[in-house]
Amino acid sequence: MADQLNQPLLQVSGVTKRFGGFTALDNIDLIVRPCERLVIGPNGSGKSTLVNCIAGTLRNEGGSILFDGRDLGSDPPHGRVRLGLARTFQIPRPFVSMSVLDNLCVPLEYAARQHIKLGKSEIAEAAMHLLEQVGLADKSHALSRGLTQVDMRKLELARAMAAKPKLLISDEAMAGLSASEVDDILVLVSGLQQQGVAVIMIEHVMRAVMKFSERVAVLVAGKKIADGDPQSVVDNDQVIKAYLGE
Amino acid sequence: MKNRTFAALAFATAVAVIAASRLIPNDYFFSAAYTVLQFIILATAWNILGGYTGYVNFGSAAFFATGAYSSVFLYKALHAPLVVMIVTGTLAAGLLGLAVGYLTLRMRGVFFAIATLALAVVLYTFVVNWDYVGGARGAYIIQPRVIPFGLPRYIHLLYSAMVLMTALALVIARAIETSTIGRGLAAIRDDELAAECAGVPTLRLKLFSATVSGALMGMAGTTFPYYLAYIEPSAAFSLSYAVNSIAMPLIGGMMSWVGPVIGAVLLGSVQQIVQVTISSAWNLLIVGVLLVAFVTLAPNGIMGWVDAWRRKRR
Repeated sequence: MADQLNQPLLQVSGVTKRFGGFTALDNIDLIVRPCERLVIGPNGSGKSTLVNCIAGTLRNEGGSILFDGRDLGSDPPHGRVRLGLARTFQIPRPFVSMSVLDNLCVPLEYAARQHIKLGKSEIAEAAMHLLEQVGLADKSHALSRGLTQVDMRKLELARAMAAKPKLLISDEAMAGLSASEVDDILVLVSGLQQQGVAVIMIEHVMRAVMKFSERVAVLVAGKKIADGDPQSVVDNDQVIKAYLGE
Repeated sequence: MKNRTFAALAFATAVAVIAASRLIPNDYFFSAAYTVLQFIILATAWNILGGYTGYVNFGSAAFFATGAYSSVFLYKALHAPLVVMIVTGTLAAGLLGLAVGYLTLRMRGVFFAIATLALAVVLYTFVVNWDYVGGARGAYIIQPRVIPFGLPRYIHLLYSAMVLMTALALVIARAIETSTIGRGLAAIRDDELAAECAGVPTLRLKLFSATVSGALMGMAGTTFPYYLAYIEPSAAFSLSYAVNSIAMPLIGGMMSWVGPVIGAVLLGSVQQIVQVTISSAWNLLIVGVLLVAFVTLAPNGIMGWVDAWRRKRR
């Protein structure tokens, strides 16, 4: 068991991504262990590109990404979700013609069902349970296009959770939220860890970063400049320079 | 309602309609009803790719003509029976649909729509230059003298086949809509990237959707050469098929299988009535006017309007 826990869940090695002449990611190494909470941030470019490379929506030019001991290679995004690698989008992308509940049924039917047995009624139940967790239960039958920004972010998170992932990547789930809303989401994400889900958060909100993370990695201009526990990262000279200038 | 129940009901209704129609003495009824049914199939089939999946296909005529001309080919080559023509034409158009499905890999929105339009032009040119099936001159297709099932005229047989094919198309469309596949297609329509990241195998579903849609459109065309007894490329590739199969779901509502049926019955009947009472030249004009009216006043079609009204009442 201890061995299993030490086995990295996600192993990103030497990942490079270029857009034309611009190098967005330069030789990034990153390891995430099962049940770990990692925050990438707080500042710098390339974080969302890294998420896209891990999730498969962008192809990395160099390096490799191993998930659960398996090289993801050129697996399409839906294959990765089915393996247990779910993500949220920075700008919520709900399925606008569907009800809030139906939004969650999509990943439940297409991703979660790959490793958990779910009947038709169990899918609706599971979706409802998730909505209760994120506090959207009373809006389950509303059309998702009518939600407020905050609710859309909650839905985005719930939809990623509905895939029953082993690793959830949250891309700025908290941007623009109020302090109490940030706390709501933090509670939610911390709950995931108890369920055995590792979480990578891309986050600007400093309070969330310090409160939530066990580990912080910092990317600046496509390079990883720090990776460690929150306090040591905050004390890191390079990080301070990146933030405040020289 | 379960899909199996619906299928049983649909085919029972189809048989009942066929039986009841025997009582109608007027041959024009069969000819007019044939056209309306043909449009129900076209609209229903178009909606599987256009409405459920969100890929607007401007090339309906290409699929329809593929069905029609595969029948012409089988007629010339083998004098094949009608059933063989229907099955072969459906499969051929399905293959074309599969090819179009691969277009969705690279193209979306307007670009996809234009590519399908181009496909129709390419196929049209091909058929015009293919002498064996009549080329630009067209081909005469003689209706068989012996009519099965003791039917009085061949149009009765074509009409009956059309009724059954309509039932089949509706059963398929509804089954797709209510299944997991239907939800996956809707996810693709709403946001393809988000769908992919929710575990939906988007390419596979799009290929499926395009194939089924194309096959059913082709099926609607397979009996067309017998219906006209003479076929030429400009009739089989008529713009009216492309326009109508988009306009009908748009007017009826694209979110469910009922919408295209309503749109096709409405628009199809109006066109038939106008053709008889005013002039056949008015056909497309009326479609255009109705289309503009609906896009402005009820952008989600009649069913969308009904849904909104229901939502308000709840």
